[in-house]
Amino acid sequence: MQKDTTTTTSSTPPTNTGRIKHRKRSNEVIPEDGKANGGKLLVNDKSKYKSMLIRAYSSIWMIGSFVLIIYMGHLYITAMIVVIQIFMARELFNLLRRAHEDKQLPGFRLLNWHFFFTAMLFVYGRILSQRLVNTVNSDKVLYRLVSNLIKYHTVVCYSLYITGFIWFILTLKKKMYKYQFGQYAWTHMILIVVFGQSSFTVPSIFEGIFWFLLPATLIVINDIAAYFFGFFFGRTPLIKLSPKKTWEGFIGASVTTIISAFMLANIMGRSQWLTCPRKDLSTGWLDCDPGLLFKPESYSLLGWTPHRFPWKEISILPVQWHALCLGLFASIIAPFGGFFASGFKRAFKIKDFGDSIPGHGGLTDRMDCQMVMAVFAYIYHQSFVVPQSLSVEMILDQILMNLSFDEQEALYRRLGEMLQQGIQRMT
Amino acid sequence: MRDSSADNSCSSPRTPNLRQRRRSNEIPPEILKSNGTILLVNDKFKYKSMWIRAYSSLWMLAFVSLIIYMGHLYIWAMIVVIQIFMASELFNLLRRANQDKRLPKFKLLNWHFFFTAMLYVYGRILSQHLVNTVTSEKIFYRLVSNLIKYQMVICYFLYIAGFVWFILSLKKRYYKYQFGQYAWTHMILIVVFTQSAFTVANIFQGIFWFLFPALLIAMNDVAAYFFGFFFGKTPLIKLSPKKTWEGFIGASVATMIAAFTFANFLGRFQWLTCPRKDLSTGWLECDPDPIFKPEYIPMPEFISHWIPEKEIAVLPVQWHALWLGLFASIIAPFGGFFASGFKRAFKIKDFGDSIPGHGGFTDRMDCQMVMAVFVYIYHQSFVVQHDYSIDVLLDQIMRDLGFEEQLALYTKLGQILQERQLMHI
Repeated sequence: MQKDTTTTTSSTPPTNTGRIKHRKRSNEVIPEDGKANGGKLLVNDKSKYKSMLIRAYSSIWMIGSFVLIIYMGHLYITAMIVVIQIFMARELFNLLRRAHEDKQLPGFRLLNWHFFFTAMLFVYGRILSQRLVNTVNSDKVLYRLVSNLIKYHTVVCYSLYITGFIWFILTLKKKMYKYQFGQYAWTHMILIVVFGQSSFTVPSIFEGIFWFLLPATLIVINDIAAYFFGFFFGRTPLIKLSPKKTWEGFIGASVTTIISAFMLANIMGRSQWLTCPRKDLSTGWLDCDPGLLFKPESYSLLGWTPHRFPWKEISILPVQWHALCLGLFASIIAPFGGFFASGFKRAFKIKDFGDSIPGHGGLTDRMDCQMVMAVFAYIYHQSFVVPQSLSVEMILDQILMNLSFDEQEALYRRLGEMLQQGIQRMT
Repeated sequence: MRDSSADNSCSSPRTPNLRQRRRSNEIPPEILKSNGTILLVNDKFKYKSMWIRAYSSLWMLAFVSLIIYMGHLYIWAMIVVIQIFMASELFNLLRRANQDKRLPKFKLLNWHFFFTAMLYVYGRILSQHLVNTVTSEKIFYRLVSNLIKYQMVICYFLYIAGFVWFILSLKKRYYKYQFGQYAWTHMILIVVFTQSAFTVANIFQGIFWFLFPALLIAMNDVAAYFFGFFFGKTPLIKLSPKKTWEGFIGASVATMIAAFTFANFLGRFQWLTCPRKDLSTGWLECDPDPIFKPEYIPMPEFISHWIPEKEIAVLPVQWHALWLGLFASIIAPFGGFFASGFKRAFKIKDFGDSIPGHGGFTDRMDCQMVMAVFVYIYHQSFVVQHDYSIDVLLDQIMRDLGFEEQLALYTKLGQILQERQLMHI
């Protein structure tokens, strides 16, 4: 239950002016809030210390369990993401449902979960297929079974989707067309948002926990820094959608995030557990050659610092420059995910997406900025990090390790054909 | 403008309805009740409407044939144009003029997302083809390969720009309307671009894989119309009161027979069966795929009495065609039911009025969309011999390594494979 209302983006004034036309739900925001902007800033709020403690308590619990799961490994992190997804989907499915219409449509809720299951099979099947193959490489029977499943994976998912589609059409009931189509569209949007972002998060994990942990940590730091800068210095409101955000909080958090991005990348980049990619679905210890990106390069500081300064040179991992870009995105663009969620809540007059986490709201409230960041981190990684670290030797290694002898010959032949066509066109 | 409304899923004497604000596209609620009088067999105006429909159908058919003759690139251009019209129709559908006046640049946002989606979808599908076309000039090649390398980043930033623009343009009392429009835009773009992405991928695998399914759907539609015209008695589904079981079954049988014979006919043309690897427009020549090579099976006994030939030439693709025909007759009509249900839910008669006798573009394309996706998935899973791991690696090689590096990789790999072969012997 949401007891303390001052911690969310809009608080309720102690007196309710009755609005007879609106049907009251416990989650509804009283519309007068939007006007009295001046009284909302965190600096002026009297019960802010109490709410801060509740928020800090649940934050510490979340961070603690998160650190434990990182320690346990890639597969467990993926499992955690799946669990978070299920809860987010449930929160969002329940959000725009109307109990009255729902009673008259018995199997409709099941349809949502059918589409959820199909989406999960599709997304995780694609992402984990190569790793699954690598895990069962030893066993012949299992290998054949798994390869067949992967080959027909798309067909299976498509058939499941078409089944859901037909089921939806056959259950259209005469006076509820509009509600049912609305729910259908809503289901698709939820699944796309939830699974879109997770289909970018999970490949990042298997490329190296670093590429999942660093962006997530940056978002958390940005949130916390914005909260504290707003707590102590906040005066000028930032945007009408979220009346509690302030320019001081925003700028302070941006600077903090970029600096901590630079330093955290150095710390995290030294751990092999975080930087090595996982090629299969095992859970044991990892050992690998870290790659050029994580090898420290020393820069001398002689011209820059006074003579008494103890360190003559600093070692910088090349990945720290990439981390600066990630930090910049996390502080400037990722908060728009939060603004989107705030605007959405105002549009549909709800206070929070759910109430699973005390002091913070539901899971979706926590994940809104993370989602935008996860997509960016993966795209950045694929476009700027991978090509840099890719070389002829690495691809040759991949070919020799991942493919069987026949497949290698087939690849050789096809590569030859493509190169020949290219040469023909050039001459 | 359409004069006769009798050929759509509901016909009308119009009775005024005071509460609802009248739009020219609305169905008066009395029509939905009187199911019995809607069947085409009983309709007096049906011959007139049939002529209008036939006339525009012939024009569409002639136009599509011309485009097919001209080639892959022109078919792609036609699909892009159809998409723009469909998106236009659908964007305008749930817009409310009152709210729109207060939100000046909102329409532009829709087209921004449309452009981003187009760049993303066609960038992915046609990137390799584009590279193959411009290997002649060095500057172009470098420009194009850089664009392709960073294609995902570019599209992502365009999307984020639209996202941020949307948030900054949220206006105080219009939140719900704006969010509704945003979700609606996404749904439209997903529906329109998913099916066109698959359609374009099909085209470049060989025009056969685009033309044949489209013909089957058209055949199914026409056959259902005529079987319903002459024999239709039992209504099929409440959503579309004009469809009948007789029409459905007759059309299914006709479609499957047509699938088997059309595949034989179409599979003999190299223009239709050869895949196109680049964006050129000239003549195509290739070694036809094994499924287009005729196999001779001995004529079954009961037919050989009447026909002198001892064997029939059957292209293996005809067996695949039977599956496509089955899907086209049983599942694809649900695309039409979905569109009908949607129109009833939002009380609109047609998605637009571009085509006389048929409605808008979306009305024509609803079943085609479901079919195009199925054909692509079927083709990738059952027709093409795939190797997932090789494809992923080749993709990486083509995208991330330069030409010289690819050659270096090729020579090194050749050496290693040769050494291994020598060791095994």
